[in-house]
Amino acid sequence: MLLEVNGLCVNYGRIEAIRDITFSVEEGEIVTLIGANGAGKTTTMKTISGLRPVRAGSVMFDGKDITHMPSHERPVLGISQSPEGRGCFVGMTVMENLEMGTYARPDRKSPAVKKDLERVFELFPRLKERSNQAAGSMSGGEQQMLAMGRALMAKPKLLLLDEPSMGLAPKLIQQIFDIVTEINSQGTTVLLVEQNAAQALKRSHRAYILETGEIVREGTGKDLAADPAVKAAYLGGDV
Amino acid sequence: MSYAQRGMDWVRALPKPAKIVLWVLFLVFLFALPLLNIPFITTPDSDFGGVLFTVSTYVLVALGLNIVVGYAGLLDLGYVGFYAIGAYTVGVLSSLHGSWPWLWTVPVAIGAALISGILLGAPTLRVRGDYLAIVTLGFGEIVRLTLVNSQWLNGAQGISNIPRPPGAELFEVPSLDWSSGAPVVDLSNTTTFLKFGITDQIPYYWLALSVILLVLLFDKLVKDSRVGRAWEATREDEDAAELMGVPTFRFKLLAFALGACIGGLSGALFAGKAGFISPDSFVLLLSILFIAAVVVGGAGNRWGVILGAIVVGYFPERFRDFADFRVLVFGLALMLLAIFRPQGILPPRRAVRAIEADEKLEALEEGEVRV
Repeated sequence: MLLEVNGLCVNYGRIEAIRDITFSVEEGEIVTLIGANGAGKTTTMKTISGLRPVRAGSVMFDGKDITHMPSHERPVLGISQSPEGRGCFVGMTVMENLEMGTYARPDRKSPAVKKDLERVFELFPRLKERSNQAAGSMSGGEQQMLAMGRALMAKPKLLLLDEPSMGLAPKLIQQIFDIVTEINSQGTTVLLVEQNAAQALKRSHRAYILETGEIVREGTGKDLAADPAVKAAYLGGDV
Repeated sequence: MSYAQRGMDWVRALPKPAKIVLWVLFLVFLFALPLLNIPFITTPDSDFGGVLFTVSTYVLVALGLNIVVGYAGLLDLGYVGFYAIGAYTVGVLSSLHGSWPWLWTVPVAIGAALISGILLGAPTLRVRGDYLAIVTLGFGEIVRLTLVNSQWLNGAQGISNIPRPPGAELFEVPSLDWSSGAPVVDLSNTTTFLKFGITDQIPYYWLALSVILLVLLFDKLVKDSRVGRAWEATREDEDAAELMGVPTFRFKLLAFALGACIGGLSGALFAGKAGFISPDSFVLLLSILFIAAVVVGGAGNRWGVILGAIVVGYFPERFRDFADFRVLVFGLALMLLAIFRPQGILPPRRAVRAIEADEKLEALEEGEVRV
């Protein structure tokens, strides 16, 4: 098991953002957390990457207890997150953003980095065209790609993607999900958080449904997509 | 793009040998500046060497504060506190409670400022944004009030008889005389190299200028390193920086400590030249002028903040003719700058990019549809 979350509780002040959630991600999988706004998806992601403190429960990564590990030590272990929305360093160029991705890598000066850069450029040809452009001057979709590319430059074992399709045009959403599938097939485990349930369920091996801070359902992507209750609540009736 | 920006680009585009020659000429010019007595630039109502020294301390302070405010993005409104700690460390060790030579006290002054920077930063840098500004504002005042009320530090009377930097009397350097219209070498009005005396302030300026050059070199080395990149990431998006593996707290503390060191160093220089310090030398207004220098010049760009420091340090001295009005005029000038050029006279490239990005985002949010 690559990631094991056990009985996790996280608070914002006195408000319980997530309550006693338990889930796991197996190596090689794409696992999705779907849920409405405010269900606790982003909080879960931030807790796994260490940006939110844990009130109760534990997070295990690769057999190691990382519940209270500082966030900046987690990329070294192989956890890399592409944050929600525009999480790029807007004042830096595309290239500088990608270089920031390698910040925690012990082998950041080796030729392996160059290979990874080529791989990212292959996945996102747009980034190559714009490598000397300021990240902030790009469109939302391009910035999303950059955030994903930057996370990949850390060469993670587990890639955390927080709403990669948010605010994008339908055509672009399709493209982003294709890339997620491609990244996964190249061997990176992906934990995905999405509101776009239709696409996400289609692409993931397994999924969990989060409602007001609790996991209410789990299953394979296919099963959940076929479930009438899920269909009604998240898929707008038809896929 | 401003003229200043265009000028910078022009310099950057020159071939390397030309750049070096230009730099050397510029340095010679800077060192010779107080001797040239150039009309209009030279202050008519106060000793130009002294003014240049004051401007140099502003530049030094601005460079230090730029690390904190410009590079790491931490608003420090109590920077004068570190300046005071540097100056008082020199005063205490060399005059009040000891008789160390000035030069020996300087590293201790830097160390004292460093420690106070860490002590102030460690608990406060965990909070974000406005709180830090308030805490640092308090810090500056607490330092001053401690100086006023401490008997051991001689209270409001301050410390006098601070020794001067070690010098030697090697040779005389003549100055220029413009009184006949054209520049004439004036052998009767000379400066002794390198005598740190009372009347001739030019050697202090030379010392300060040399220190500035060293700090600039250090600044460049740090800014262009992994540390500089980490500061930049932290300033732009602290969470994203953490996700990349940047220990943001540690880097903020480092910026704070380095800034404090340079503040302490400036204070030590000031004490060595003034010979006398008192709590009145370290008022809140000074903190605000320091911040003004950084912001007016363009936080994050070392050339910008130097320009800002020159504006803040030099103009009030140059226009002493306006007597009481000069502060008013100066305030007005700062306000105009804030309105028409909020990013500073010479902002860093990245800030310009970030502002453009913000404007774009705003336009986007107002309904302009783009993919």
